[in-house]
Amino acid sequence: MDLSTGFRDPDLAARLIKAIHDTATRPMTLMEVCGTHTMAIAKYGLRGVLPEDVRLLSGPGCPVCVTSNTDIDIAIEFARQPNVTVATFGDMMKVPGSRSSLSREKADGRDVRIVYSPLDALALAEGQPDRQVVFIGVGFETTVPLIAAAIKRAAETGLGNFSVFSAHKTVPIALGALVNDPEVAIEAFILPGHVSTIIGLEPYRFLAEEYSVPSVITGFEPVDVLQGVWMLAKQLAEGRADIEIAYTRGVDPQGNTTALKLMNEVFEPADAEWRGIGIIPGTGLVLREHYAEFDALQRVPVSPEPPKENPGCQCGEVLRGATLPYECRLFANACTPEHPIGPCMVSSEGSCAAYYRYTDYGKS
Amino acid sequence: MCLAIPARVTTIGPHNMAEVDIMGVTRNVSLDLVPEAESGDYVLVHAGFAIQVVDEEYANETLELFKQLDIVEPEDV
Ligand code: SF4
Repeated sequence: MDLSTGFRDPDLAARLIKAIHDTATRPMTLMEVCGTHTMAIAKYGLRGVLPEDVRLLSGPGCPVCVTSNTDIDIAIEFARQPNVTVATFGDMMKVPGSRSSLSREKADGRDVRIVYSPLDALALAEGQPDRQVVFIGVGFETTVPLIAAAIKRAAETGLGNFSVFSAHKTVPIALGALVNDPEVAIEAFILPGHVSTIIGLEPYRFLAEEYSVPSVITGFEPVDVLQGVWMLAKQLAEGRADIEIAYTRGVDPQGNTTALKLMNEVFEPADAEWRGIGIIPGTGLVLREHYAEFDALQRVPVSPEPPKENPGCQCGEVLRGATLPYECRLFANACTPEHPIGPCMVSSEGSCAAYYRYTDYGKS
Repeated sequence: MCLAIPARVTTIGPHNMAEVDIMGVTRNVSLDLVPEAESGDYVLVHAGFAIQVVDEEYANETLELFKQLDIVEPEDV
């Protein structure tokens, strides 16, 4: 039996739904930060079983969606350089930048490869020593340690034709920026399970202490999500603001100390530009001096044209929870998963894609 | 993109690589980030790496806790 089965049990889900209805006695606005939660909530129809005045807003936790056009344009520019192979997670392929996308570049004959793991990118570099393999580093704390491990392996084996474009982002500080947004008025956070597997509980503490926003680290099965909502409803009912872990089987309060150590050895904090939010100091990661030779920007200098935004796309507002996907005029008209106009419709876990695929678009 | 899937470690090989079973499918993953993982453990796998050893005891405790909750009457939902 696989470990997740119990967390899909309809009987347990029903018990939790009852507990939520008993506890959530006043309206509340919760934000599910993580795109994988957005997807799970849409897929299992969880919005429909919650009390009507429990609002679940989708947040900025889809790494592909929050990647700025500036960074997408840089990734595309790498693909256009001679003797460069771009290696990327599949989610990035169709994301439109200012003027093109990686999949369009591939169709035009550039060497763009989808990899499942950063280790596959290392193998690509080993297999073609005459080409520079640039790995497009997009992702949060869940993914960053893996990329740090790949860089470390490259350093140890003297692999000179592997480099990383670090467009990574870190989550907790960005949540502080959202809490400050009066337009959205978030009362509690459903915190991402696997980001927290790496970072643990401590980095979120300020949400409770400075902003009095209750937050619960939650897993991804339906029973997990309901448990998270229930624990938040209890905190709000009791007037508490704590950081709690619902996903105890996957998250240690300390995080994964081996992964954190590796991440800090290879990367250091920098500013990062988030789509829809802007520059948030300290939420990006750049390679430390010791590993700087693996920085793709140093290895292969590129200078793309200034970025431009698609004026009709409201992905930025969607990512802050200020606009719901179906409130965008292009939603399901000009913009569909087959012909995405913004990244929120491209990524399988983008809010627009989740609403398109699993709901009646909020029309009911 | 931060999805990680539970898998059971079957054999641990050289270079911190292990064979895992994900619902009947065999994959090779790196144990660089979970050096404490042992054969038979459940781990969470993300993009070719195990990122955490899953605590089965906590999983069962959590499920037991919910079994104590009142069952929902169908008309309540
Ligand atoms: S529906 Fe498409 S155009 Fe509208 S916000 Fe979402 S991604 Fe952008």
